[in-house]
Amino acid sequence: MTINTDFKNHPTLKILTSLFIEFFKVGLFTFGGGYAMIAMITHICVEKRKWISHDDMMNVAVIAESTPGPMALNCATFVGYRQAGFTGSLIATIAMVIPSFVIICFIAFFCEQFLEIQWISNAFKGIKIAVGILILDAGITMIKKMHKKAFPLSIMICSFLVMLLSYIFAWHLSSVMLLVISAFIALVFFGSKKKKSNANTTREEQNR
Amino acid sequence: MIYLHLFLGFLKVGCFAFGGAYGAIPLIRDVVLSNGWLSDDKLTYIIAVSESTPGPIMLNVASYVGIEQAGLLGAVAATLAVVLPSFFIILLITASFSHILKTFTVQSVLKGLKPSIIGIICATGIYMIEQRLFYTEAAQEAFSLKALIITIIAAGVMFVPKHLFKKPVSPFIVIVLSAILGIIIF
Repeated sequence: MTINTDFKNHPTLKILTSLFIEFFKVGLFTFGGGYAMIAMITHICVEKRKWISHDDMMNVAVIAESTPGPMALNCATFVGYRQAGFTGSLIATIAMVIPSFVIICFIAFFCEQFLEIQWISNAFKGIKIAVGILILDAGITMIKKMHKKAFPLSIMICSFLVMLLSYIFAWHLSSVMLLVISAFIALVFFGSKKKKSNANTTREEQNR
Repeated sequence: MIYLHLFLGFLKVGCFAFGGAYGAIPLIRDVVLSNGWLSDDKLTYIIAVSESTPGPIMLNVASYVGIEQAGLLGAVAATLAVVLPSFFIILLITASFSHILKTFTVQSVLKGLKPSIIGIICATGIYMIEQRLFYTEAAQEAFSLKALIITIIAAGVMFVPKHLFKKPVSPFIVIVLSAILGIIIF
């Protein structure tokens, strides 16, 4: 990446340039949907550029999954906004969209038989394997960083098992459904815990 | 006004497509087929291409359908329609993020959502790897040795430096490597 000296003296322009370059790269190398992209964005925004913390990344993943629209775009908008406000979010989102848009235009206009080209379909068979590994890696990295307490661990294991069973037996269970149920359980769990601790404090006050 | 129709059709997709591309595909099918824009076969082909090219699948489908219907401008209209709702929703949430985040309710909800999504992600990863290793051909389960070789190499490159030596390898390298391996081995 070459940035001329003018850019270096201009912090906003510099951050906008790096936002554009990094999200362009994410847009160019994200195959196979949102979860694979988490590994990419974590690598760039958390490990390499240190734009956001790991906990932020976790929040983005949750927000992106609970709002409509492509997950990768949601993440780009979030990180862009955090770094450089509205302009940043606009630049990051556009950078994310451009590569895939150009490639699709190229295929649609010049290369209708895209999937029949042998070496491309072979390369893609390889990429599909990597995508699974990237997704698993994103998951493992998150497990390493999570609070290892009884409540989050049991939610995690239950979600994991239910989702895996749903894939294997083709139940077509939506991940959103699973998230809604988990959120509800957490709300009831922490709500009752709070009520209990409130009740305890009032009792203590009365005892005094 | 085909541009307006494309825009409105995909705006619906952009607003209601929860749960990523695989949740969006039924919605896209419904919008495209009910408008009579493309035949079912053509749409299936477009979805397959969109899965094999980089970028969000939903966006790729929107661009491709847009081009098929109304050329480059159609693609711009359809793509914008998918991008705009999620862009503004995230902007709204992020702008008020730190404030909302502190409330007890949101904190509790996040405490449930975070571990749940970790479980979902791990399950998806394992299932996707399993799908590559055991494929169905003529209604019979078969095991792919070639896929296993690529899996082991790619997993080695990804996991060993990162989790054993704390030196993460860029996911880009893993993607490019497995594409090259795919061309050589398959």
